[in-house]
Amino acid sequence: MVDKAASVKGDLRLSNLVKAFGDFHAVDDLSLVIPEGSFFALLGPSGCGKTTTLRMIAGLEEPTSGSIAIGNTDITYEKPYARPVNTVFQNYALFPHLTIFENVAFGLRRRGIKDVKDAVTKVLELVELGHLAQRKPGQLSGGQQQRIAVARAIVNRPALLLLDEPLGALDLKLRRQMQIELKWIQTEVGITFVHVTHDQEEAMTMADTIAVMNEGRIEQMGSPVELYESPRTVFVANFLGQSNLVKGKIEGSSGNDLQVSVHGNRITVPSGRNFAKENSDKSVLIGIRPEKISIEHSAGNTLGGGVITDISFVGVSTQFQIQMPWGQELSVFEQNDGGASHLQTGDTVQLSWKPEFTFALDGTADVDAGTSVNPDEE
Amino acid sequence: MRRWISKNLIKIYAFLAFVYLFIPIAYTMAFSFNDAGKSNLTWRGFTFKNWQNPCGAPEVCSALGNSLKIGFIATLIATILGTMIAFALGRHRFKGRSTVNLLIFLPMATPEIVLGASLLAMFLNLGINPGFWPTVIAHVMFCISFVVVTVKARIASLDPKLEEAAMDLYASEVETFRRVTFPLVMPGIFGAALLAFSLSFDDFIITNFNSGTLTTFPKFVYVSSARGIPAQANVIGSLMFLLALGIVLAGQLVSSRKNRV
Repeated sequence: MVDKAASVKGDLRLSNLVKAFGDFHAVDDLSLVIPEGSFFALLGPSGCGKTTTLRMIAGLEEPTSGSIAIGNTDITYEKPYARPVNTVFQNYALFPHLTIFENVAFGLRRRGIKDVKDAVTKVLELVELGHLAQRKPGQLSGGQQQRIAVARAIVNRPALLLLDEPLGALDLKLRRQMQIELKWIQTEVGITFVHVTHDQEEAMTMADTIAVMNEGRIEQMGSPVELYESPRTVFVANFLGQSNLVKGKIEGSSGNDLQVSVHGNRITVPSGRNFAKENSDKSVLIGIRPEKISIEHSAGNTLGGGVITDISFVGVSTQFQIQMPWGQELSVFEQNDGGASHLQTGDTVQLSWKPEFTFALDGTADVDAGTSVNPDEE
Repeated sequence: MRRWISKNLIKIYAFLAFVYLFIPIAYTMAFSFNDAGKSNLTWRGFTFKNWQNPCGAPEVCSALGNSLKIGFIATLIATILGTMIAFALGRHRFKGRSTVNLLIFLPMATPEIVLGASLLAMFLNLGINPGFWPTVIAHVMFCISFVVVTVKARIASLDPKLEEAAMDLYASEVETFRRVTFPLVMPGIFGAALLAFSLSFDDFIITNFNSGTLTTFPKFVYVSSARGIPAQANVIGSLMFLLALGIVLAGQLVSSRKNRV
């Protein structure tokens, strides 16, 4: 095997990538640039095309059209074994007939490297499993197999490491631990990680940049904070965390603010946070995250006349369901700092929040986009 | 007493089932030590004589030799061809795949007596005289189906992600097959070969039609049963049984060691 793969370096560039299965476009004209050395997450519900995208980058699937390049090298039609890309598979895909040592050494040996002992020993120490080198994969726990799968990939020092739902098979506690560990390994080895997941919390914890995918396209790309605080589509607003979205109509603007009438209330939205496209009837969806709303204090934007229909105590916060006069239920999360403890179901309250937390989305969009997908199904 | 029986009923049942299964084998083994005369039907005293000289009876070892030769050649060919068919059926989608899948079962379902007779008719029509090679060809024919079915089951249980992982780790198509696919399918191929050999070694009906004057071990035993089977046949039967048992036990030992450290 000629080792031309090792010299390829640089940003990963996907240009107008399309993968069609018959009439169905699993990936639909996808373009993005993933900077070298970053921890990038492709986040979306199952069937959104994220795994297909990953398989095209790995070479396991051929794009219908478009191109894939690392730095200046086009790898669109390269065989999987001829590209500097390694994958951590969903169920690890460790070779059951080989020892852990031979599993990790597999890639090095195929590239014709004779002396593999140092490299393998080092990477096994990195994942703290050096003592298991002579075991078979079947004798390892799920978490250990997961770490071996990572070791088997990064020992090759690829330009790009692909992780396909790498933590999906682990229980919650182990998943948290592996999230921190993977993040640490990425900083340690400095390889570009592309992580595919349907778990928004996992993506937010680990990635520098997240691309939210839906129906073969990228809905929005940005840092976790950007995506959470300023979602640009209803899908992102609902898929990442929870959002209250209320229909409104733009009345006018004053200075840098838009004035929006929401069921008779006047709501202020900073112009820079209006992500709605211009439309003739000036309708928008006003968005506000539940934890930004206060029931007790007045802070600029207010909606009155809500009735508490449900209170659930979840430790760090208390979650209220509040029915508004126009029938819609809104969520409010109050910190458990004593402020809201006297509230009871049936109380009439006023919701209020700072205008700068408000965002405005396309008024014609489906308010439930991104909510009906169950993030745990796979 | 009644309580004891109800408590141990399953054990008693299992014991009886094993007795039923093993009496014929025990009988064969015991009579390999019989100080037999012309026939080996009545117990006439214990001796090691037959075991010390298993080729003592006329023709018994040449018949065994023929059976082993036919068995090895037929197994080799049937295993290679059957494995290739199994890979084609298990890994590739092509027009007529389901038809082929069905046709593969036909030789297993056809009565041996019919197969044997038609094969003989076919060979004679082609001007080929019955003998060693026609027998090998016939054996390959009925062994292939069993090989295909056995190996295909193994291939189906193989995770295709493993091959993708190998390709992802710089192994070319050929290397992926050599390093991952083949080693993982190997136990299935080995099992198929054992099955093919025992089918071939054991076959009487088809062989009887197609072997002409060539004597195989089953044919020898059948023919000699008319005038008395020599005790050496029991020795060879027992040996084959012990050999098969040894292979199975060794296989179990190897696989259990593989899963432990």
